[in-house]
Order: sequence, then C-alpha cells, then structure tokens
Amino acid sequence: MSSPLYEPSPLELERRAYRRSRARRSTVVALLSTLIFAVVAYLTVTNAPGWERTKATFFDVSYGWEVLPSILEGLWLNIRVLVVAAVCVVVVALALALLRTLRGPIFLPLRLLATVYTDLFRGMPLLIVLYLVGLGLPALRLDWIPTQAAVLGTIALVLTYSAYVAEVFRAGIEAVHPSQRAAARSLGLTHRQTMRMVVLPQAVRKVTPPLLNDFVALQKDVGLISVLGAVDAIRRAQIEVSQTFNFTPYVVAGLLFVLLAVPSARIADWVSNRAARRQQAGGLV
Amino acid sequence: MSASPPVLSIEGVVKFFGEHQVLRGVDLEVAEHQVVTVIGSSGSGKSTLMRCVNLLEVVDDGVITLDGEDITDPRADVDRIRRRIGVVFQAYNLFPHMTVLDNITLAPRVVHGLPRDQAAEQALDLLDRVGLRDKAGEYPDRLSGGQQQRAAIVRALATDPRLLLLDEVTSALDPELVGEVLRLVRELAEQGVTILMATHEMGFARQVADRVCFLDQGAVLEQGPPEQVLGDPVEPRTRQFLARIIDAGRL
Repeated sequence: MSSPLYEPSPLELERRAYRRSRARRSTVVALLSTLIFAVVAYLTVTNAPGWERTKATFFDVSYGWEVLPSILEGLWLNIRVLVVAAVCVVVVALALALLRTLRGPIFLPLRLLATVYTDLFRGMPLLIVLYLVGLGLPALRLDWIPTQAAVLGTIALVLTYSAYVAEVFRAGIEAVHPSQRAAARSLGLTHRQTMRMVVLPQAVRKVTPPLLNDFVALQKDVGLISVLGAVDAIRRAQIEVSQTFNFTPYVVAGLLFVLLAVPSARIADWVSNRAARRQQAGGLV
Repeated sequence: MSASPPVLSIEGVVKFFGEHQVLRGVDLEVAEHQVVTVIGSSGSGKSTLMRCVNLLEVVDDGVITLDGEDITDPRADVDRIRRRIGVVFQAYNLFPHMTVLDNITLAPRVVHGLPRDQAAEQALDLLDRVGLRDKAGEYPDRLSGGQQQRAAIVRALATDPRLLLLDEVTSALDPELVGEVLRLVRELAEQGVTILMATHEMGFARQVADRVCFLDQGAVLEQGPPEQVLGDPVEPRTRQFLARIIDAGRL
C-alpha cells in the first residue's frame, strides 16, 4: 500500500490504527475462547469417574510406542491400496460419467448400464460389497481371479467409490453452462472434442473440492479391507488388542489415519480458496 | 445546485490494487435529485469508484459521505449503509434461481421486513411501470438482456434507495436494447431519483445528466454541465477522449 508519490492522510492513518486494534482484539478473543474451551473439555474428561481406567486401557503411551512400528507396517499396505484405488476410481468414474452424457439412441444400452451401475453401487453398503467381492469371487475358483485379500478389497473399494465419484463428475459436467458447449460446437468441434477440450477442463475445476472430499473419505475406508483378512493398520491393531486387551493400538491406528487425512484436507481447502480467489474481483463481500 | 447538503460526497478517495494506484484522489458530489455521469476510458477507475461508494471495496484514503454520514469510517455499519444505496451492475447480476418477482421482493422482505404480499404488490407496480409485469413469474435466464437489466433496475429501486448507482448498465446490451434501458433511466431522472452513473453513452449523458465528470487515470480531470464537458472541453485529454468516441460514431 505504499507508493513514492503517496502519503496517507492523518484520517487514513487513524482508520488503519483502528482496524489494527480491532484485528488485535479479535485475536485475543479467539485465543481466550479457545483456551477456556480447552480447559473445560480437559477438566470434564479427567474428572470423569472412569477416567483412570479409561486412560490405562486406551491411552497407554509406552504401549502405544511399542506397537507403533507394527501398525506403521500395516499402514504402508493401506497407503498402497489407497494410491491404486484412487487412480482406478478416477478412471472408472470418468468413463461412467462420460457414458451417462452420451446422446443418441444407439448409446441407450451404455447409458442404461452406467445408470444401473451407479444406482447399484451407491445404494449398496460398502461392507456388503467387500464381503461379496472378497469372499464371493474367490469361491468361483477361476484361475485368473486374484485371491489376495488386499487386491480383492481394492476392487470392492473401486466399485463403490467409482459410483460416487462418477456422480460428482457428472454434476460438474452438467454445471458447465450450455453456452460453452454451443460455442465449442459452433467452432466445428465434435461432441468428443468439445467434451475433452472445453467441458471437462471446466468441469474438473468445478468439482475438485468435492473430489478431494471423496479422496479423504476413501483414505479412511481403505481400513475396511481388514475385514477380508488383509493385514493392514487396523488388522495389526486388532491382533495386538486380542493379545493384551488394551485398546491403545486402535487409538494409535486411528491417529495415524487422521495424520494421513490432514494433508489432503489442507490441500482441499487450499484448492477451493484458490478457486474462490480466481473468480472474485476481490472486495468485502 | 441547492443549498441542502449533497446526498453523496466523495473527497480525495484513493484506492490501490497492490502497487497499482487505481484512484488518485477523486472528488465528486451528487446533490439530491441530481444525475451525475462519470465518463472515461476503460481502466480509468469508473467501476472501482462505484464499488467504493457501495463499500464493496475499502478505500485506502479519503472520505465518502452519504447524507452527511461518513460511510468510509471503519466503525460504520456496512449493511445499514447499503440499505440506502441501490446498485445496478453491468452484467445484471440477477439471481438465476429466483423468479423476477422473487429477485425484486427479496431485499424488501428480508432486509426491510415488508410483508410478502405488500412487497409483491409494490414490485408488480414497479414492473408495470417498466413494462415487465407479465414477466414477474419468469426466471431471469428466459428474459432478453434489456428485460433483465430493467428487472435489475427495478430490484435496485424496490427498497426506495437514497442513491442509485448505475455501473455501465448498458455496456452488455446490444444497441437496440440500450434504448429501452436508457429510456427507463431517463424516466427515473425525471422523477427525481438521485443517480450516479458510469457510462459510455455520451449522447445520453448529454441529454440527461446534470453534471458530467471525466475520469482519467484515477482522477477527475474535468467536470461540469454536459454542454461544457462534452461540447467544449478545456483539457486536451478530454478532447482526445471525445474525439476517439466521435470517431467510433457514439456521440
């Protein structure tokens, strides 16, 4: 706000001082209210009659450190499943969304198939999909079907999440104003070229925040593959718990999943803020 | 000009965007029932000035008063001040998810607490005056640009503002639709609505404005009655600007 030719007037200096003092006040109020809230929460929990017992069975710090390496090893499996599943979900979901936007009578079966798919897998509980895929597919005893729990779990996750993400993509595609399509088609671009070069780039930008939200959801749902016997972070914790009847390993695994989710959540915030900044001319509202 | 204090007074307003100084000490007054037009090339700061008056931008220096009240004071209640100002934007900015009638009655109902039927009655009267009564139930996207802009003007008028800000309200319209919007603005001027208007329509400014301000590089270079500023400008920059406009066939 400075320029060699420009000196703020005393009135403006007073206004700036006032705004600064308001900003300071807001900071102090925020700090105080946070502090009071934290103290009240702390006292409520630690004064509960069962606190000592809860602390021993859920928050045993030294035991937690002891099981950490083993759980981290399990988490590595979760991360690998996550990466593979996320990539597959994007590809499958995009294909599904595009199928649903196809026009023309010849594509009716494809459109219908995509619609039935999303209805089916959005409706069916993930846990049941996991059981059907994880236990049902190997029961067919076909040579080419994988039998590893982690692989089957990944397939189930991809099936379910693709249905959700396809709907997000479709919403984005439909949110691109029809005039954009008209402009592209009037330049002589085909339906496919219009989609690829004009509609999809805008649609993906529009839906990036909800997509990242689904990514965070997927991040913790990869833990569900443990029900098929895959030895991931949750399964490791379960094994430890069954030996000692101390629930601290669950808390450790939970915290690790939170740590995994925090960067994605911040990236999601950053992306949506950046989008908001780009679209606004600035200002007070 | 009368002895009563001006409705709007702008004194020494400065605005920076980053290092770039968009407004370099603008002085401007609008008295009651006056129509003041701001002219100037793109990037001269017209829109920024309008946004500063409606407090959509915080000024970096200077004072703007509305009916004598300093609205640039950080202690001022922004929402209460905006209730007294009507704004019409270049791109209409109607809410696409509401009918024309709901667009117009929103502020009277929600901000000013008018009962629904009373607000609707008032809105229909206004729509009648601009020839849009039969479009009350339509959604904005189904109207032509000129109809949308007239609806937007009615929306701004529905709260009976002290001051109407018109920010290049005809710039997004094609020539045959410009007329219908300008006719409406002229009627409003004749009815005594106080208007501050940024425009490229020099012919209109000459006929309707009480005063024309030429904004150049963020400062008012020249202002006065339209015959003088548009007919016999003093400053060379103003002459240059007008010559370009005449070349483009718009005066």
